Amino acid sequence: MPGKTVADINNIKNAAQNENDAKKDLTKIYVHMGTCGIASGAIDVLTALRKEIKENSFKNAKVITTGCAGICSKEPIITVEVAGQEPIIYEDINAEKVAEIFQKHIMGKKVVKEYAFARGMEAQIKERIKNNGKIPGQTVVDDSIQGIEEIPFFKLQEQRVMRNRGIIDPNKIDDYIARDGYQGAIKALTSMNSEEIISEVLDSGLRGRGGAGFPTGLKWKFAAKEENEIKYVLCNADEGDPGAYMDRSVLESDPHSIIEGMIIAAKAIDSHMGYIYCRAEYPLAVETLNKAIKRARAYGLLGKDILGTGFEFDIEVYEGAGAFVCGEETALMRSIEGLRGNPRPKPPFPAHAGLWEKPTILNNVETLANIPQIIVKGSEWFSSIGTEKSKGTKVFSITGDINNVGCVEVPIGTTLNTIVNEIGGGVLEGKHYKAAQLGGPSGGCIPLQHIDVPVDYETLQEYGSIMGSGGLIVMCDDKSAVDIARFFMEFCKEEACGKCIPGREGTKQMLNILNKICGGKGSKDDIEKLEELGHVIQKTALCALCKTSANPVLSTLRYFRNEYEEAVSKN
Amino acid sequence: MEDITKTFSKEELEELDKIIETEGKNPGGLIPLLEKAQGILGYIPISVQKRIAEKTGIPANRIYGVVTFYSFFTMESRARHRIQVCLGTACYVKGGKEIAEKIENDYGIKVGESTEDGRFTYERARCFGACGLAPVMVVDGKVYGKISVENVDEILSQYK
Ligand SMILES: Cc1cc2nc3c(=O)[nH]c(=O)nc-3n(C[C@H](O)[C@H](O)[C@H](O)COP(=O)(O)O)c2cc1C
Ligand code: FES
Repeated sequence: MPGKTVADINNIKNAAQNENDAKKDLTKIYVHMGTCGIASGAIDVLTALRKEIKENSFKNAKVITTGCAGICSKEPIITVEVAGQEPIIYEDINAEKVAEIFQKHIMGKKVVKEYAFARGMEAQIKERIKNNGKIPGQTVVDDSIQGIEEIPFFKLQEQRVMRNRGIIDPNKIDDYIARDGYQGAIKALTSMNSEEIISEVLDSGLRGRGGAGFPTGLKWKFAAKEENEIKYVLCNADEGDPGAYMDRSVLESDPHSIIEGMIIAAKAIDSHMGYIYCRAEYPLAVETLNKAIKRARAYGLLGKDILGTGFEFDIEVYEGAGAFVCGEETALMRSIEGLRGNPRPKPPFPAHAGLWEKPTILNNVETLANIPQIIVKGSEWFSSIGTEKSKGTKVFSITGDINNVGCVEVPIGTTLNTIVNEIGGGVLEGKHYKAAQLGGPSGGCIPLQHIDVPVDYETLQEYGSIMGSGGLIVMCDDKSAVDIARFFMEFCKEEACGKCIPGREGTKQMLNILNKICGGKGSKDDIEKLEELGHVIQKTALCALCKTSANPVLSTLRYFRNEYEEAVSKN
Repeated sequence: MEDITKTFSKEELEELDKIIETEGKNPGGLIPLLEKAQGILGYIPISVQKRIAEKTGIPANRIYGVVTFYSFFTMESRARHRIQVCLGTACYVKGGKEIAEKIENDYGIKVGESTEDGRFTYERARCFGACGLAPVMVVDGKVYGKISVENVDEILSQYK
């Protein structure tokens, strides 16, 4: 099949935008169908909605199925936009409620206030704020319902990576193209050379979002310098932190942004083959990615002669098989090679000898999703928010004992307090904030006395935690710090690859001690032993999994030592 | 070692051979091959590993090494239904452990085991990315969120 050209893509973009204009008099109903939405009953909602449309021979509806809407605790969510009226977001919907909404709102043009959550759409917040809480051309239907721009959960976010969530159908490439999708790839392929792309990314200050925070442009520069006919671009979609799902959310709601980021990376380092390593626990993400890759190929955006520019690049999805350590870069590469995912010492660095010993770059999902906009809007735009050393936004998945559970994207440097108490709506009623765990099993916690810290790579480290990949779990007074430390140590012990002795034996011993303490049989010596062992593992383990495995213990010892002491005081 | 032709049907083995044929050629194809083989057969006992080794030329001990390294693979046959209780951090702090304990006690099974009537295999899992709905349990791939010790039985009663 002959590929399309740049002009074709731009025509598709114009046509899609015109179609949106032409369909202005249709009632649009968005059903948000990420994993969380589906698990909450979104399929029943969609089926009921389609049934109503059919039974009532309603011709004026356009049903749009999108990915995650961001605020998981309110799922299933639908958004109804009657032509000329303000969109209304409904929360906690089921089949009966959707039937009622269909009759009253979609047919009768009267909002069902009882189920309404907010007026407006997330993507229009900036415009609404500019126009005093409305959009020109849309009539306000019921201003006793809160405007979306008034809700801290949405207002305090800055949508960049997640700019398309809730409005595009991830399975429709035209939806992505209509929102300037693939413009970054076009620019990179037609008017930029490798150095120009790399210096744009370097200047932006973008740092890897997979946890380590390494400057993305620098990583690309190293790989670009290598002279080799075969190089690889890899995307890390393993999302191993148990309790984090930012990457899943991006993969499910905007897969093309990752494909586009990879195309740009490929052009920068001159690679012709890429892999997305996605964990098997994310079947919907794998399916969405595979569909997106197929469409991109059909549009000439992947393959031999991309958009007629002569550049060749293709992508395959590789499904992981359930090993946490495979999120680590060298282990991930071994896994794609079909081997046990044992990490190996660096150097050699992957930029020099990675997958099948060829020069390779590996980037996290969120890192790559940032790339297209850096190319389109420029490094200055990107670095206009964030802190001095960490630019742009970070996506967090906030869970635990908190009111608004969901995926949130904030400028780096936003305080933990803002994330937990404003965006997250505070802890559940009757509970008291104890600590938030960031960075999962390699991370640490931030207790109440430090809740005002700005969330950025350096500051968190100072306080014994890390930025991590974005999992943020809020715990309250009723949780034991020692038990949480035990939980993470058990995780690391089970996931350690077993190759080095400190990793294999050290984690086992620490877990034994923690079990002893939690079981009420620990002694004062045990606390000291824990600390000692923790430091030894930090210094001597082979790979980052085990090196960091003691972090949760050391961090809870730093802030909640009294709980350890209390637990052993009887012996 | 059991006789592979007694454990699996002719059709199943034909399908297996087809996968070995297509995936076996890829240099990194072993894991996708095993994923697909498990998809058809439900598990990957030694007899299947040997067949893959013979037909692809990959050493049998390397295949065994891979099967035992990745938690996705199992060498034991599974029951009709597969229960996976999430014990990722978000689910753990929201009471996932109590759910796991309830299932272990009520059905008399431990992690990785199956009920005697062949109805359920029970596993613990590490996060399905549905943490927003914690605690989470997955039965035969369907995600159940915000579950409680009280409604576990009701959910499981749908699976006969
Ligand atoms: C044990 C371990 C697990 C990891 N898991 C992940 C993961 O699930 N996703 C991810 O993006 N990075 C993970 N990383 C970090 C990767 O090794 C690597 O730094 C990252 O993918 C690079 O991409 P970035 O520069 O865009 O962040 C993990 C690291 C370690 C040590
Ligand atoms: S921690 Fe259970 S689904 Fe993520």
